[in-house]
Amino acid sequence: MEAYAVNQSIAKQTSDSADDSQTQLDTLATLAEDVIRRCRAAGASEAEIGTSIDLGLNVSVRMGEVETIEHTRDRSFGVTVYFGKRKGSASTADLQPDSIGKTIEQACAIARYTEEDPYTGLADPARLARQFPDLDLWHPWQIAPEEAIRLGIEIEDAGRIEGISNSEGASVQAGESLSVYATSQGFTGKERGTRHMLSCALIAEDAAGMQRDYWYESVRSANDFPDAATIGRKAAERTLARRNARQLGTRDCPVLFAPEVARGLIGHLVSAVSGGALYRKASFLLDHMGKKILPDFVEIVERPQLRRGQNSAAFDAEGVATKDSDLIRGGVLQRYVLGSYSARKLGLQSTGNAGGIHNLVVSTGTGDFAAMLKRLGTGLVVTEVMGQGVSIITGDYSRGASGFWVENGQVAYPVEEITIAANLRDMFTSIVAIGADVDPRSHILTGSILVGRMTVAGS
Amino acid sequence: MTLLALAERQLLQPGGLSSGDLDRVFSQLMGPSIDAADLYFQHSRSESWMLEDGIVKEGNHSIEQGVGVRAMSGEKTGFAYSDEIVLPQLLTAAHSARAIAQSGADRNSHALAAHDVKSLYPPIDPVESLPTEEKITLLREVDKFCRSLDPCIGQVIVSVSGVLDTVLVAAADGTLAADVRPLVRLNVQVIAERNGRRESGSAGGGGRYGYRELLANGRAHALAREAVRQALVNLDSVPAPAGTMTVVLGPGWPGVLLHEAIGHGFEGDFNRKGTSAFAGRMGEKIASPLCTVVDDGTLPNRRGSLSIDDEGVPTECTTLIENGVLKGFMQDKLNARLMGMRSTGNGRRESFAHLPMPRMTNTYMLPGQNDPGEIIASVERGLYAVNFGGGQVDITNGKFVFSASEAYLIENGKVTRPVKGATLIGSGPEVLTRVSMVGNDLKLDEGVGVCGKEGQSVPVGVGQPTLRIDAMTVGGTAA
Repeated sequence: MEAYAVNQSIAKQTSDSADDSQTQLDTLATLAEDVIRRCRAAGASEAEIGTSIDLGLNVSVRMGEVETIEHTRDRSFGVTVYFGKRKGSASTADLQPDSIGKTIEQACAIARYTEEDPYTGLADPARLARQFPDLDLWHPWQIAPEEAIRLGIEIEDAGRIEGISNSEGASVQAGESLSVYATSQGFTGKERGTRHMLSCALIAEDAAGMQRDYWYESVRSANDFPDAATIGRKAAERTLARRNARQLGTRDCPVLFAPEVARGLIGHLVSAVSGGALYRKASFLLDHMGKKILPDFVEIVERPQLRRGQNSAAFDAEGVATKDSDLIRGGVLQRYVLGSYSARKLGLQSTGNAGGIHNLVVSTGTGDFAAMLKRLGTGLVVTEVMGQGVSIITGDYSRGASGFWVENGQVAYPVEEITIAANLRDMFTSIVAIGADVDPRSHILTGSILVGRMTVAGS
Repeated sequence: MTLLALAERQLLQPGGLSSGDLDRVFSQLMGPSIDAADLYFQHSRSESWMLEDGIVKEGNHSIEQGVGVRAMSGEKTGFAYSDEIVLPQLLTAAHSARAIAQSGADRNSHALAAHDVKSLYPPIDPVESLPTEEKITLLREVDKFCRSLDPCIGQVIVSVSGVLDTVLVAAADGTLAADVRPLVRLNVQVIAERNGRRESGSAGGGGRYGYRELLANGRAHALAREAVRQALVNLDSVPAPAGTMTVVLGPGWPGVLLHEAIGHGFEGDFNRKGTSAFAGRMGEKIASPLCTVVDDGTLPNRRGSLSIDDEGVPTECTTLIENGVLKGFMQDKLNARLMGMRSTGNGRRESFAHLPMPRMTNTYMLPGQNDPGEIIASVERGLYAVNFGGGQVDITNGKFVFSASEAYLIENGKVTRPVKGATLIGSGPEVLTRVSMVGNDLKLDEGVGVCGKEGQSVPVGVGQPTLRIDAMTVGGTAA
C-alpha cells in the first residue's frame, strides 16, 4: 500500500500555498514508476504512464461586478500497456490505490482484445531526451480572488468607453500544470508550467443591431502582461470598429489575414504535413517532402525550447528530445511532423512531434500592419473566421469571415456575413508577403499573411 | 432499485456519505445572501474501440468521478469541485464556493425531497451490454463491408464508444434527483481514391441505449453504406458556386441550421445579459409563418435527451418559435430566477467540474405541407445541401455558418451535379423569414451531435424537414 501514502501526500500538498511543485512532481514520478513495475508484473512487455495535476483560479466579472469565481483542480492518470505488438489504454481521475489497480487491470484486459500492430510501441530509446533544460515556464501567480476581481473590473472599466453599450465581461485566469511521463524503458520526464490569461469581450450597437468583439492576453508569467487597461481598450476598439458592417458583393480579390487568424493558415499547413494525415493518405500535401509549397521568401522553423514559449518542451509526448528544426526553407518542405507511430508507418524517424508541434517561428518581412494594408492595396482584411470548412484531404477551404474592406491601403468599412474560399495549395503558393506584426499569444508565431487571391461570396 | 438508490450506491456510499452529511454541507454553503446552492455528484465510465488498416488498434477505458459545489448570490456564482467524494473535501469545496457572498448568519436550506421522474432510457451500462468479442467482430465486419462496396475505398476507420453517466443532484431548494444515462455511438469514416483524387465520407449514429439497440435492424451496415456513398459522390464533385442563391436543405442533420441560426440565441443567459440578437424580441415575428421550432429533451433514447437536466429539473418540449413568432427561451435555474421565469429543464454541464448553463437538447422544426420533390422542382437555380459538418454562430450579431459536406446543384428544378463542400453563411434573425416551403418529411439526425459553448461540450440532437430558403450566401469558388 505504498501508493496510498503517495496519494495522500499529493492531496495535502496541493492545498498548501508554498511552492512545492518539485516535490509533487517527484511524487507523481514515484507513482508512475511504481505503476510501470506493476504493469510489468502483470505481464506487460512495455508500459507508459502520463499523469498530471492542474490547478487554477478563474474569475469573471461583468458590468462592474463579480460574476463567477471558480477554483479548479484536475488530476489525470493514464496508462498504456503493450503485450508485444498489442496495446491497451485506460485512465482515471482517481489516484487512490485501488482505482489505480483497476486501471492497470482494465488496460491489460483491453490488450487481450486489440490486434497486433507491427508499427506500435514506445519511442526509439536512442532518441529519448537526456537533457532537461529549464525553459522558464514556471511562474505561479499567487493572486487572491479579491485581487482578481479588482483586476477584472479594471480591465472591463477601461473598455466601457463611449459607444460600448453592453459587456460580456472580463476574466482573469491563473493556472499551474504539473505532469509526468514515464516509460518502461526507464524514461521519466517531469514538466511544470504556468499559463495565465486576461480577457475582455464587449458589445456596441448600431442601426442594424449589435456587434461584439474581444481581446485577450496569454502568458507564462504574470509579469509579462501588458497594462490591464490596454486589454479592455483593445477589446473596445475592435468592437467599435465593427459597427455598421456591410456584406460585400461576390468577387475575387486579395485577402490579408490579420495575425490572429494568419496562424490558422500555418496550422492547416502543419496538419497537412503531419504523420497521421500522411499515412492515412488524407492530405493534399502527400509526397511533398522536398517540394516547393510556398514562395521562396518563406522560412518556417520549429523552436521547441524557446524560453517562456507557449508550447515549449524539452521532450514530446513520447519522451523524444526536441530540437530546433527547419520545416520550410526557401518555400520548400524540409520534413514532416511525426511521432514514432506515424514515422514507422512512413519508414521515417520521429521528429519529436508526438502530441503536435511545439513553437513555430515564421519568418517575417519588415512591414507592420499599416504597411501590409498598403501592400494589400484594394482587397479584404480578415480579422475573424468562422466554422470548420477546411478539408485537409483536398485542401478545399471555405469559411465564414468578417473584417474590413480596404481601398488603396486605407480601411474603407467593416464587412461581415461573407465567405472566403480557395484551395489551400493555391493560397500557400500565392502568398505575397508576411508582416512583422507577430502575435505572441500563440505557439505559431506569425505576422499577418497576404494571400494573392480568393473568392469572396456575399450579396 | 430506483435510480436514486442506484446513484446513492454508486456515488455516496463508497465515500461513506449519508443524507445527514449533505445537510452539513448545505449548512456550510448557505449564507444570508446565498439565493441558491447545489451539489452535483457524478461517476462516468466510458470505453472506446478503434479499427484502422483492418486491425483493431486501440481500446481505451476511462473512469472519472467527482462532485461540483455551487453557491449563487444574485448574478454571482462561486464554484469549486473535488474528484474525491468524501465529506472533508465536500466541506472544503463548499467553503470555497460560498466565499462569493459576504459572511453572516446562516440561512436554512429546504429539506431534500425526491420526486418520481419518468425515465427516457434504461439504466444499463453500455460497456457491459455486449461482450468485448462482439464489439471487435463488429468493427471487423464493418471494415470488410465498406471495402466490399467499392474498389475505390482505401482507408477505413471504424470506432465504437459507450459511456455510462450516473449523476445525483441535491440543491438547497429541496431538489434531490438522480439519473443514470447510457450513451453509445458508432462511427465509420472512409477515404475513396480514383485517378489520384481522394475524398472522404463519414457517417455515425447512436443514442441513449446499449450496443444491441444501436446495432438493431442492420444499422451498422447502413452507416457503412452511407459513408461509402458520400465519399464516392464527392469524387465526382465540381467546384461549388459562390454568391447568394436559393438553398434547399435536406431533412435530418441539416437541422444544424436551427441549432446555429436561432438555437444559441434563444439560450437564457445571452438573453438575460442582452447579448443575443434575439434579446427582448419575445412575441415578435422572426420567422416565416411556416416555421415552428421546438427544443425537446423528452424524446425516448435520443442522444440529446435527458430525463432530468443537470440541475435535477425534468426536461420539457419547449416551443421556441410558433408559426414564425418567438415564443420561448431555454432556461436553467439561475437565468430563470434572474429573469422571473421558470427553468425549462435546459440546465446542462459537461461534467461535475463545469458550471451548468442553458443548453439545447434536441432542437428541430415541425413538418410542413410540401412534398420534398415539389420543393426541389420549385427552384430554377440553387443549391441542394443534404449533409453538413459543424457550424458556428456569433450570437450577438446573429451571423452563423454551417459547412456542407454533400451538396448538389439544382438546375431547372432538377438535382444535377454534386459540388465540393462549401460553407453557407447567414443571419439568424433573417434566415427563417426567408423560408418559403417546408417539407412533410421531418427527420431527426442519427445521433452524433456535439455542441460546444464556453469550452463545454454536451451531446445534442437536431432535426428538420426539407426546407426551401429563398436566399443564402454560399461560399464556393465558381462563378
